[in-house]
Amino acid sequence: MRLTPEQQALLDGSRGEVMAKVMKTLVMYGDAFGAEKMVPITSRYGHTVISFGLKAMKPVYDMYDRLIAAGLVSGQEFTADPRPLDKNVPSSLLENIVFKKFMYTEQARYEKQLAELGIIDSKGYTCTCYQDQVGNKPAKGDILSWAESSAVVYANSVLGARCNRNSGMIELMGSIAGFVPEFGLLTDEGRKAGWVVEVRCEKRPEAQLLGSAIGMKVMEEVPYIKGLDKWLGTGLDEEACTYLKDFGAATASNGSVGLYHVENLTPEAVEQGETLIKEGAKVYVVDDAELERVRASYPVIWKNADAKPELCFVGCPHMTLRQLQDWTDNVSRALRANGRGKIAVPTVFTAPPAVIEEFEKGPYAARLKDTGIILSYICPLMYMNNPLCKKKAVITSSNKLRTYTSARYYPEADILNIITGKEVGK
Amino acid sequence: MKQFKGRVIVPGCCSAEALVSRGGFNTLASYQMALQFGDKQVKCGDQNNADIYKKPMLGKALCLPQTIGSTTGGMVLYTACAVGKQPACMLFSMPIDSLAASGAILGDVWTDSSMPVVDMLGQEFLDYVQTGMTVTVSEDGLVSVE
Repeated sequence: MRLTPEQQALLDGSRGEVMAKVMKTLVMYGDAFGAEKMVPITSRYGHTVISFGLKAMKPVYDMYDRLIAAGLVSGQEFTADPRPLDKNVPSSLLENIVFKKFMYTEQARYEKQLAELGIIDSKGYTCTCYQDQVGNKPAKGDILSWAESSAVVYANSVLGARCNRNSGMIELMGSIAGFVPEFGLLTDEGRKAGWVVEVRCEKRPEAQLLGSAIGMKVMEEVPYIKGLDKWLGTGLDEEACTYLKDFGAATASNGSVGLYHVENLTPEAVEQGETLIKEGAKVYVVDDAELERVRASYPVIWKNADAKPELCFVGCPHMTLRQLQDWTDNVSRALRANGRGKIAVPTVFTAPPAVIEEFEKGPYAARLKDTGIILSYICPLMYMNNPLCKKKAVITSSNKLRTYTSARYYPEADILNIITGKEVGK
Repeated sequence: MKQFKGRVIVPGCCSAEALVSRGGFNTLASYQMALQFGDKQVKCGDQNNADIYKKPMLGKALCLPQTIGSTTGGMVLYTACAVGKQPACMLFSMPIDSLAASGAILGDVWTDSSMPVVDMLGQEFLDYVQTGMTVTVSEDGLVSVE
């Protein structure tokens, strides 16, 4: 890699041993992918995937202490993934002991570190930082140093920003240095599609199921998706963006997609069309039967596969204001139709703190509360990340949550039926 | 015995028993429970990976195409290195992905652990190597499987 004299000096220790290690990390990272130079970060804000102070991850916080002690903080303010705990979310006495005494013992220490390193504010904890209410929405062409698979794939695909699928810790090092190695999704060539996905469904495909199917098929390659504009239209309106948020999260967690193009819809596909497709690109046809095949392939790892659901999470990745409003309407309507006043399964909706604040200003909040649904800023994945939850029959509409935990996936319509008492899922 | 030549990402030598993931290795899903609850054998917790689910990963030559999943992956791998729960080595049939590279490099630069990493060993490597075989890695990226 060709470094500028200033970058070389950093590598040689001009700003101390710790900064030299930061530089060495970034240089080795770039070298692994054939980067020829570093490029400046141009986004206003960063985003870090690490929001949790897990006892098991103590080495991470020890390293961050070293960074802070050396005066190395982020050159840009940043947002972070959702917090792992919220007292409003149902948990047993035993779970609370596990959370507080065994798992998140480093939470206070880490949040103090984040404040020193440059987090925006206490409302900056969400995986959907790009929502308007949160305000970390990069512009097309911006170079980012972000980590959080669902945010990165959204920024690249829907906003047209440029960011590699960086890992936690690496993203902070980029923000400290102010530059990142140029490779992969930062380059025009790296943004070309190695797969053409032809969507031939007879009904609108469930976002998180289609994303899962495509993610598992293309792994980390870039898919160019045809036929989805039939269902989403050709404008990036609120509904399309919400769909793509959930779709992208599933592509990124069920595979490792960092960028997708949707024909006639996402910015680069609109501008460049099929010139984005690499010669010899592979083809994957998705129809309703293929989606059903994918869904049937998900393992059910509950001890009792016929157990009655004990808890439901909706909102991984975090919901939008519109999603909260639509779900409130749908749940209220379904409860009335089913002759119930309250939900049949304890249910948690998750959204960014700033979206919750906005939601609570309007009339929907009281209606949602009346149904018995809990609204939280929590990260469901972090909440479920313990052996006690494995024994719980948790259901979700999130294919990301399904992938990382024992939660069982159901399409949104099924979730609605189950939580409003129309049917109990098996 | 067969030999395969790859590209060195993190240099080093080792000899260990192979643990083979034919599909993408989900670092977070594989490690999260083992790291959090002190599983001494570091058994794989990824229920979606039938090849290695519940199998011990500690000290094994982890053979895989690439890693997949959450962008906490590198941090998780770094932590495994920092607490001595890393595989003996990681051997990729494909070019390494950004998350695995991050974890391997963070482990190399910021900890005293040793975890040689070689990528681009080719599909033939992944087709040939079986869980339980002995794998030897040389400093120059030569991998012997027997």
